[in-house]
Amino acid sequence: MEKMPKWVDVALIPLINLFLALVVSGLVVLYIGESPLEAIAIMVNGAVGSTYGWGYTLYYATNFIFTGLAVAVAFQARLFNIGGEGQAAIGGLGVALVCLALPWPHWTLALPFAVAGGALFGAAWAFIPAYLQAKRGSHIVITTIMFNFIASAVLVYLLVNVMKKKGSMAPETARFPEGTFLPSAYDMAGWIGLTFSRSAPLNITFFIAVLCCIGVYILIWRTRLGYQIRAFGQSEPAALYAGISPVKTTVICMLISGGLAGLMGVNAVMGEAERLVIDSVQGAGFVGIAVALMGRSHPMGVFLAGLLFGMLYQGGGELEFEKPAVSREMILVIQALVILFTGALDNMVRMPFERLFGRRKPKSPSKPQPPAGDKTHKAAEPEPVKP
Amino acid sequence: MEMSTILPILDGTLRSATPLLFACLAGLFSERSGIIDIGLEGKLLIAAFFSASVAAMSGSVWIGALAGIGASLCLSLIHGVASITFRGNQLISGVALNFLASGLTVIVGENWFKLGGRTPQLGGASRFQEITLPFADALRDVPVFGPIYAELISGHTILVYVGLLAVALTWWVLFRTRFGLRLRAVGENPESVDTAGISVVRLRYTAVLIAGVLCGLGGAYLATGLAAGFVKEMSAGRGFIALAALIFAKWRPWYALMACLLFGFLDAVGNRFQRIEVFDVVVPTQFMQALPYILTVVILAGFVGKAIPPRAGGTPYVKER
Repeated sequence: MEKMPKWVDVALIPLINLFLALVVSGLVVLYIGESPLEAIAIMVNGAVGSTYGWGYTLYYATNFIFTGLAVAVAFQARLFNIGGEGQAAIGGLGVALVCLALPWPHWTLALPFAVAGGALFGAAWAFIPAYLQAKRGSHIVITTIMFNFIASAVLVYLLVNVMKKKGSMAPETARFPEGTFLPSAYDMAGWIGLTFSRSAPLNITFFIAVLCCIGVYILIWRTRLGYQIRAFGQSEPAALYAGISPVKTTVICMLISGGLAGLMGVNAVMGEAERLVIDSVQGAGFVGIAVALMGRSHPMGVFLAGLLFGMLYQGGGELEFEKPAVSREMILVIQALVILFTGALDNMVRMPFERLFGRRKPKSPSKPQPPAGDKTHKAAEPEPVKP
Repeated sequence: MEMSTILPILDGTLRSATPLLFACLAGLFSERSGIIDIGLEGKLLIAAFFSASVAAMSGSVWIGALAGIGASLCLSLIHGVASITFRGNQLISGVALNFLASGLTVIVGENWFKLGGRTPQLGGASRFQEITLPFADALRDVPVFGPIYAELISGHTILVYVGLLAVALTWWVLFRTRFGLRLRAVGENPESVDTAGISVVRLRYTAVLIAGVLCGLGGAYLATGLAAGFVKEMSAGRGFIALAALIFAKWRPWYALMACLLFGFLDAVGNRFQRIEVFDVVVPTQFMQALPYILTVVILAGFVGKAIPPRAGGTPYVKER
């Protein structure tokens, strides 16, 4: 695909898609009887107008970067991991188990183990769908959806029957020991002599998310494994011919993906709630899909899209506060439209541009497409995944 | 177990199975034509909302049901445009539509009724009433057959019977008509259908729209038959259970009925007994709730018979030039 300038592909088309999604969302706001422009102003101001706003925006963004990277890594192998929600929930369980296991003396000791626990549990939850896809050809989309539901049942069971704090009615664990409390943005700003909102949940996990972005970039574009994942994603027969094992690549890629989703638990469970509650993920696993699509499955894109969705979530909360007529579910609508326009209706915007820039070439989508159906039967082979 | 314990459970089974059945048949049409539909959940939800709210406003459950079908058709159309016309990813489109439905139903509901996302309580003509089949009361005292007829078969809303009829109709359409043959062909090998001079695009749109109508009926049953009004997120994963039932049934209508009844049965048992013991071991309710999903994974793993989806499922069709 040499016909379109790169900036059109990675910047212009996503922006147009986003714009379309916002226009349609604006129509919904207009229908409710509020002014869309005013709504946007409130959202932007609420999200980035104060350190309090930033603290929430970046906290949400941290969650979305983890789940977005999870989906993006799987997309590289053309696997559609829709199970981020369940993997993050089970990852949170892993984090909670680590935090409750020992009377941790200091967070610097607890954090590495919590990271390992979250990643391990998240990866484990992705393992069965991955293995079944690789070995038995079970559609990974369906199995990961099923595993989301199973994860939520497992968590409810554990919190109601096993891990509930003694004498408490609420289905949640006891508060973690003090040695596991991660430094918040307020603490960290204090170290360097700045002031930051005390009540925002942003914490040191944000930097782990940034490190993960860099790590994923190195993994996908600078290592042999990453090459194998991309080769496998672009053409399974070619990868097989080159001696890349489809089973191994699928399983490893999904383990990494599940592990990244599981890391979200460090932020939400250890960093914010400081206990394990029912539904600690709150849909962030699904937001990850939107984030990965918007970010074109590239870590840099995921970071920016995660930031955008963080703003959307924090701004949406403020919007509901200021304009009760616009309920929080507006965020879901915007999210849905972003997924629809950047993911499913991408060709609607892309085709005219391809016609504009291209000479004569077959029309085919040119972004990382997760597998749909059987890998070996592709009528229209999507183009290579080029960031 | 006594007849008096079994019958209410079976009765509950049929009630729980009906929305699953509509959604499952919807998925059947769509996937048999090669369009994967994970937006069943969203279609059920939006149909439930519009059927309940229009029924509440108009006072007629039938107008409500039509509105529900209309809303579901709109989502189907978006799915069609995205996945057939623009050859987008069908899975992603389905995911988006699910979010769209759960967001829009609450926003519009709040705007219309100001009841925190609910619709007003329905009753009378704004709700599907239970139908007593002829002679139900007269036959009640006949041993065995009488209670079964009076309790289990009679006394459901009309949509339950429509759902059962839809199974037979689906079978007949898919396996006994020319349209059905073409529909199945387009899901297996669209090139051959195209070569025969039949429009792949039109066939697939038809299938997707049929799925919209069926989901509309399922949603209408949910909000105006099973319940008396819409509440936030009331589809509660039924669209995904229907998807599971579809795999369980290996994309065949009669088996779909069986699968939906099985999952409906699990639901009914879970609702009726708070505490279930098997060989002195207490089965957690969460396990019962997760059982449909676990069973589906087992089936998908291919250990209990292999579920092979339609071959062209999920692949956009690009006409050769």
